[in-house]
Amino acid sequence: MTAHRPSCREMLSALSEYLDGELASELCAAIEVHLAECKNCRIVVDTLRKTITLYHQYAEEEASLPQEVRYRLFKRLNLEDFLEGAG
Amino acid sequence: MIKADLPLSLEALKRGDRAEFARMVERYGAYIYRLALRILGNPQDAEDVLQETFLKAFRHLPSFDGRSSLATWLYRIATNEALMLLRKEKEGFVSLDEPNSDNEEDQEPLQIVDWCCLPEEMLMNAESKKMLEQAIARLSPALRVVVILRDLQGLSTRETSQILQISEEAVKTRLSRARLQLRQWLSEYFQKQYGLENLTQ
Repeated sequence: MTAHRPSCREMLSALSEYLDGELASELCAAIEVHLAECKNCRIVVDTLRKTITLYHQYAEEEASLPQEVRYRLFKRLNLEDFLEGAG
Repeated sequence: MIKADLPLSLEALKRGDRAEFARMVERYGAYIYRLALRILGNPQDAEDVLQETFLKAFRHLPSFDGRSSLATWLYRIATNEALMLLRKEKEGFVSLDEPNSDNEEDQEPLQIVDWCCLPEEMLMNAESKKMLEQAIARLSPALRVVVILRDLQGLSTRETSQILQISEEAVKTRLSRARLQLRQWLSEYFQKQYGLENLTQ
């Protein structure tokens, strides 16, 4: 790890794009070579990937517009006559 | 990405058709509310932003130029409203400029804790979810808004750049910094919570 330290830090800023699949292929290859040799960086990549996944899951679980919020919104917009049916 | 629009008629919306406007509110209300709630962390403020967003949209629809999608336009109004409220509440300046990249958070030792393969019930229990929420709230507004739009609301880099009126490169840079910071905090939390080995150097 000590020998790789500068490049570990340098690599950090590219990891987000790497995980989004938006990084140029030669940079991806360089990252993968580094990861094969560096356990700590593998941990960073895996936990960064998991961080993103957890937030995606968290976002999906959240409830839709609460009924009373929807009701007050339609009222404020003078759209009460459209409250029935949908929602 | 915001899912494909219902066939809303822009023409009807622009001439003030109430039924069409109600359909638009129905279509995007929940997205706008969640966005505001995530930026502000307070249901009452989020509701104010939700109402203001649609009031403004109704007023300004006749001049909507269609350069962005309707959804992106609404998101932009809502994000601006939320940030304005944040500024008001802090009674000061909430900067949307990129924070100084030499600041403290970059100099923190990198957390090396292998928590990624913990079972789901440990990572996503009620307490962990609360921590996920608190970590978002700890980010600077400039980073928070980007990670909310990209990772929580599921918008693309391009949509996020249109909403915040910053370059796509700036979106990517801020998203990267936000995600790395969140990873740091999650690592500290899971390490303490479950007594994991800490290889941080």
